[in-house]
Amino acid sequence: MVDWKSPANILTIIVVGLCAVVPFLAPALGEPFYVIVFARIMIWAIAAVSLNLIMGYGGMISFGHAVYLGIGGYAIGILAFHGVTSVWIQWPVAIGACAVISLIFGAISLRTRGVYFIMITLALAQMLFFLSVSAERYGSDDGLNILARSDFGVRFFSLEDNMTMYYTIFAVLLASVFISWKLVHSRFGVVMRAAKSNDTRVQAVGVSTYRYRLMAFVIAGVMCGIAGLLQANFERFVSPDMMNWPRSGELIFMVVLGGMSTLFGPVTGAFVFLMLSEILSSWTIHWHIIFGPFLVLVVLFARGGIHGLLTPGSDRE
Amino acid sequence: MDYVLLTEQFLNGFQLGIILFLMAAGLTLVFGIMDLVNLAHGSMFMIGAFVGGTIAVVTGSFVIGVILMIPAMLIIGIVVEMTTLRTLYPRDHLDHVLATFGLILFFNEATRLIWGPEGLVVPLPDFLEGSVALGAITYPVYRIVIIVVGLLVALGLYILVSRTRIGMLIRAGASNRTMAGALGVNIPMLFSVVFGIGAVLAGLAGLIITPITAAQIGMGEDVLILAFVVIVIGGIGSIRGAFIASIVTGVIDTMGRSFLDVFLLLFLPENAAESAGPALSSMMIYILMAAILFFRPQGLFPPKGAG
Repeated sequence: MVDWKSPANILTIIVVGLCAVVPFLAPALGEPFYVIVFARIMIWAIAAVSLNLIMGYGGMISFGHAVYLGIGGYAIGILAFHGVTSVWIQWPVAIGACAVISLIFGAISLRTRGVYFIMITLALAQMLFFLSVSAERYGSDDGLNILARSDFGVRFFSLEDNMTMYYTIFAVLLASVFISWKLVHSRFGVVMRAAKSNDTRVQAVGVSTYRYRLMAFVIAGVMCGIAGLLQANFERFVSPDMMNWPRSGELIFMVVLGGMSTLFGPVTGAFVFLMLSEILSSWTIHWHIIFGPFLVLVVLFARGGIHGLLTPGSDRE
Repeated sequence: MDYVLLTEQFLNGFQLGIILFLMAAGLTLVFGIMDLVNLAHGSMFMIGAFVGGTIAVVTGSFVIGVILMIPAMLIIGIVVEMTTLRTLYPRDHLDHVLATFGLILFFNEATRLIWGPEGLVVPLPDFLEGSVALGAITYPVYRIVIIVVGLLVALGLYILVSRTRIGMLIRAGASNRTMAGALGVNIPMLFSVVFGIGAVLAGLAGLIITPITAAQIGMGEDVLILAFVVIVIGGIGSIRGAFIASIVTGVIDTMGRSFLDVFLLLFLPENAAESAGPALSSMMIYILMAAILFFRPQGLFPPKGAG
């Protein structure tokens, strides 16, 4: 069973514990800015958990996953722009949009394998990126300010309260990890992992792997879209940049850095990635010159990511 | 519809297609032969523009810039291949994507450090200024030069790959790396040379459009993504497919941007056509790609013998 004292699990407990207490800890230490940093970490962590579902467990390397952040975000932004702020309309629309688009994109890109899949997911995502850039009504390049956060319509629970916003994000993060745990250990997850290691064999025993992959692709798209709608709400701003292709690259990196195919790896990855960029960018504006080679070194020498390094004897499949 | 404008836009599209081909040729060679997904190819496009552009500005001659850019890019390409990419060949595609993504961050930032954030303006030499009359239209000389240079390079590449000894080695390495190595071909050396050729082609593409667009940080990335679309349509590893798909993509993209709203007016009300036009035209080549993949998942011209 689960060994709670393994280094990887201790790290997980530290990271999740930090997320839980930062709204109290950071102001007490005189660094209230870190509440914002941690909210961002958690939002990216949700997106990374969703990518890990298809990339880590399913072997589908989507290089356009950030597009769902954009779709979820723009659904909120555009509805708010037209004066619709109710959660009960905004969130179902955002989730529905992500489901429909990930279904279409998945149906197209899953017809291909390997490097074709990488390039097609990238190209399809860029298509929507350029669409958002050309949408002059919604701010084009400059993005769209969101005047009011999603409104639950009840007095005691309002996202305008930053504490409520923070713990909503925290709850969604825990829920997304829980869902991915449930999925991975279901029949569905077994088929996914089996198809990753030998697709032909799984088909030979009579399972249509295409449908399972497509289902996983849609679930991951929707989960990432939820991260996007939280991001739009939290930042009160959406812009094409949130779905530009470097964001997708960063998401992949977070997953790999933390440890692919591990439950909490993407969360750790998002945490380390964003903390590191926060620290490096406070040293120099040219922090990418350190960060780029760091990325190359992680790929070359730390294949299992942080969770892999902390779990002796394990390596990425 | 305006016949003059139509011809002009067709030529512009053709010229974009040529640029795309120079990018896609290197990308598809590197992928076809080394099985390497190289995002940093866009950086070669940018470095070619900055290095060649700087030489052109310093010497005052654009032609010298182009000539000296070739050995410079060959060396840079080979150095990048030997220091970083070589270790990636046995790895999977995910590692390629990530490591070359890291290289992009590095090259963009290094360019910003060396040349500053504003980019670099490269003036056009006098003898390439002006326009010439082509039948009913007048067309800028320089754009014609780009088209001619691109076609010559395409021809040269075709001859190189299909008629020379090094081309034979490249094809041998592509179809069976181990066997070619066993027969005494120096595979690591071959890979370095191919990567160097790819870097030169990308650098040339970057440099020849610099007098039109100026050299900017990250300029290679949009072209890189279009080049991905091109090689996916054309079939990865196929130079011929890359050429045809480049021209088709360039023409459709350019023509779509100028004429789609006019075309939509035929069956949409005016304000709907005006707002849908730009949105749809920026999506057109991706829709084309999706359609082609739907019917031919291996692209239009999958190379023979590739699984």
